[in-house]
Amino acid sequence: MAHNEKEVISKIDGIAEKIYEDLVNNEIPTLKLSTRTRSNIQFDERLNVWKYGKSKTERSAKTTDGAYMLLRTMYMVDFIKEMIRVKKSSTLREMYYISEGWNLGKFNSQDESDMLAEDLEVITGCMREDFKLRPEENGASVIGDLVIEEVTRNNQKKRIHCQDDVGDAGYAIPYNVEPDKISFKSVDADFILAIETGGMFDRLVENKFDTTHRAILVHLKGQPARSTRRFIKRLHEEYKLPVAVFTDCDPWSYRIYASIAYGAIKTAHISEYLATPASQFLGVTPSDIENYKLPTDKLTSEDIAALKNELEDPRFQDSFWKNEIKLQLNMGKKSEQQALAKYGLDYVTDTYLPEKLVELGLLKK
Amino acid sequence: MTEPIAYELAKKQKEISVAEFFERNKHILGFGNSTRALLTSVKEAVDNALDACEEADILPDIYVEVSNHEDEECRIIVEDNGPGIVKQQIPHIFGRLLYGSRFHSIRQTRGQQGIGISAVVLYGQLTTGKHARIVSKIKPDMPAVVVELAIDTNKNRGEVIQTETVHWDKPSGTRVEINIKADYKRGKRFVYDYLQSTSIVNPHARIVYRDAEGAEHVFERTSDMLPRKSVEIKPHPYGVELGTLMKLAKETKARKLSSFLKTEFSSMGDRTTDAVCSEALLDKNLDPHTLTREQIVALHKAFKKVKIMAPPTDCLSPIGEMLIKRSLKQETQEISPEFIVTATRPPAVFSGNPFQVEVGLVYGGNLPKDKPVKILRFANRIPLLYQQGDCISTHAIEDIDWRRYGFEQPNGKGIPIGPAIILVHVASTMIPYTSESKEAIADVPEIENEIKLALRECARKVESHINKKVRRVKTREKFELITKVLPEIAKKSASMLGKPIPSLDRVITKIMDVVWIEDLVEYEKVKRDKKPVQSTLLTTATQDATQDDGGWITKSTIYVVNYKSKPQRFNLYAVIPKDAVVGSVTPKPVKITSNYLKWELPSIPPATKVDIMFELAGLNKGDFDENDLYVEDINPAYVIGADKWEGD
Repeated sequence: MAHNEKEVISKIDGIAEKIYEDLVNNEIPTLKLSTRTRSNIQFDERLNVWKYGKSKTERSAKTTDGAYMLLRTMYMVDFIKEMIRVKKSSTLREMYYISEGWNLGKFNSQDESDMLAEDLEVITGCMREDFKLRPEENGASVIGDLVIEEVTRNNQKKRIHCQDDVGDAGYAIPYNVEPDKISFKSVDADFILAIETGGMFDRLVENKFDTTHRAILVHLKGQPARSTRRFIKRLHEEYKLPVAVFTDCDPWSYRIYASIAYGAIKTAHISEYLATPASQFLGVTPSDIENYKLPTDKLTSEDIAALKNELEDPRFQDSFWKNEIKLQLNMGKKSEQQALAKYGLDYVTDTYLPEKLVELGLLKK
Repeated sequence: MTEPIAYELAKKQKEISVAEFFERNKHILGFGNSTRALLTSVKEAVDNALDACEEADILPDIYVEVSNHEDEECRIIVEDNGPGIVKQQIPHIFGRLLYGSRFHSIRQTRGQQGIGISAVVLYGQLTTGKHARIVSKIKPDMPAVVVELAIDTNKNRGEVIQTETVHWDKPSGTRVEINIKADYKRGKRFVYDYLQSTSIVNPHARIVYRDAEGAEHVFERTSDMLPRKSVEIKPHPYGVELGTLMKLAKETKARKLSSFLKTEFSSMGDRTTDAVCSEALLDKNLDPHTLTREQIVALHKAFKKVKIMAPPTDCLSPIGEMLIKRSLKQETQEISPEFIVTATRPPAVFSGNPFQVEVGLVYGGNLPKDKPVKILRFANRIPLLYQQGDCISTHAIEDIDWRRYGFEQPNGKGIPIGPAIILVHVASTMIPYTSESKEAIADVPEIENEIKLALRECARKVESHINKKVRRVKTREKFELITKVLPEIAKKSASMLGKPIPSLDRVITKIMDVVWIEDLVEYEKVKRDKKPVQSTLLTTATQDATQDDGGWITKSTIYVVNYKSKPQRFNLYAVIPKDAVVGSVTPKPVKITSNYLKWELPSIPPATKVDIMFELAGLNKGDFDENDLYVEDINPAYVIGADKWEGD
């Protein structure tokens, strides 16, 4: 999916050319891009992920907001072109601060500049890595019987065993997980278990779940970064490892699963690159709350709105999700991964996870 | 047999002296307390001075001086340049209550009851024991007379204590000096407010006020024209009371009922006279002197049943929109208001009394946005300073929902909150005051209705003004932005591609997509060919613009820019003040009326500007400070800076 620099520059120049041509032809300059909303994502049968649909949004200099947007776009593409030329990269935050010097083209908040960087991906089909832009946060951590070879900043290849060579915090996934940066040398495991919270990840590490159940444990750190999702996808594709996602039992956690399995709305233009459609949702499900009699909290009004929103979300239209979400709305309850500690610290590793993994067919009885 | 008790009572029955009457009723005459007394005294003297000058066709120059002495004693001096008063009349006018020339006439004047100035003299005498001093000069080559005057309270007569003659520089005039007991500290604010307000509704008067601290305040004259002289009219049948009707019938020189009705009343022609007589079942040839009480009652009732034309309205003397605007502008200079709008209603009638309503509204500037609007009330050019809550003008304001015109007003009732001053002037031959102290106008539905109509007209002008401004500001912001941002976009894209920067005119035009109209008003001083002469408002606008005596030429330039992608062709109207005289106009208008100029503009290509220029004479600097523009034969939504022409 990565592009060579020449290709990136020609795509970026394409944006400038479109604007320039509009002006020369006495037309009001405009840029078109896919509408980035829930209503405009649809399932791509070929890629098996959710992508943006046909609906387009036009940025036009006819409105003052649109004119500002186009000016910022011109500043940003110029900046990217320059970075490529001098072989530098910057974080999204650094670019936001650099934009302070863009006069009328400066941003009001970093959200705006992050959003525009994504827009440029959508318009050009390039990735922000191609633009020499990187995120603030790096990926999360990994523990399991896995050997990774990483090209360090000193340009040396270093092999890391993700159990023997790392501390209890695990191997930290870098923001770039492409083959030029890391490659998998050997894996001895049966499945990948992606875990939402740090507390649960640490519990499984302490209970040695990775060795007892031959699992690669990946900490998602909440909504997973692009590199974490890309890491899971590569590991899944290169070693045919099944993926199970283990989260809290609330609407926000279901979206974490959706971004891993189906593709996120914000990054639907690169879903095929980030999503692992074969991922399975392990729990905690609303049914688990009843089956395991877990301690609960009441759903807040935001939770209820989010659940109702998911009933409308095209990605949650299968019978499993419809039933579970409706069940949860009826119960009016939610729960956390760590609520399983009600039955003791080992309950999750000795009882809950084995039972659920058998249910998913990832473990034999 | 004892004497009937009535004889006993008769011994106590005697004429009440005016002094006693005054003592008991001083509150209703405006002398209720020593704060009010100060204002009332100044007011009565100034009202008299203004009336005297106007009756003699003289532009009033009024000097007012108040000095403060021990024991709450104030000395009030009011001097005018009026016609003066014949020596023999001085004791009657200043020393007799209920004596006057205007009480019996039906026309618009300030004072009416004949209580005013003599009440001040009496109050001064009762509270300080001092006599009034009157100076009067009636001819340039005669000396002035000085009269020291007291009031004989038993006889209700002026008593001349001493007279002398002195030299006085003025060609003619009157000067009144009266000592009264008054609270200067608390009353001085009202004196200033009253004189300022008086100056607003009397733009033809120059008032100089020297206060007790020695500071001199000058309220300049803003108009050299005397108000139209109000004409005396006969009573209208709708407004006449039964007693008055009886008295008129007894005193008339007419020998027949029909001629009595036609000569003693206004609006009575042959047909109405016949109609009234047959309605009253009276022979029109009856001798009016022989009418019985029953017959007069029948006649009085018949008046109400017959449709009688409204009384003539030339007995009224409104101030006029232009002069109200000019005065308000002069007096609100420190506020630097955004704009001033005015409305004058046509004359109307209540109970046979003609009246007319004028309203002015000052908006914006330094006026507080979070306070109730300030209300200036006037009746026959007299400021009403007290009892605001009881006055019809206040009630009319409170009754309008100002929220739709951009003001704040809880529940749409009460005095609105916003940066505005509202002026209401009611002119009438008979102002229906709530009391003798003449501080509030009573609630008469006909008058209230007219005030509301005028207020709404002003409010609409405010609303349209604000809307126009908002739209213009928005478009201007967009324009400024586009002319800054678009070149940046062009520069950036051109430099990235190593190409020349393209021209943007057409694109800017496409983005703006409006016809932009802007105006500029300038003033040019012109040499006067002759000294200004006193003239009346009745002068029609027939003078040649170049030899106008106003001294200022108003030059208005209108810029029309077509920011649409197609050529535009439309008609433009510029509204001009009625009293203005049109000078040179380019391009040539297709129509000039007393109200507007009309151009049929040639087709304007995209991104092209057209200038339109016209000159107005006969106006003061600042009278016309903003163009009121309208368009026709174009979608008004395309146009910024002008509204849709709705016809004349």
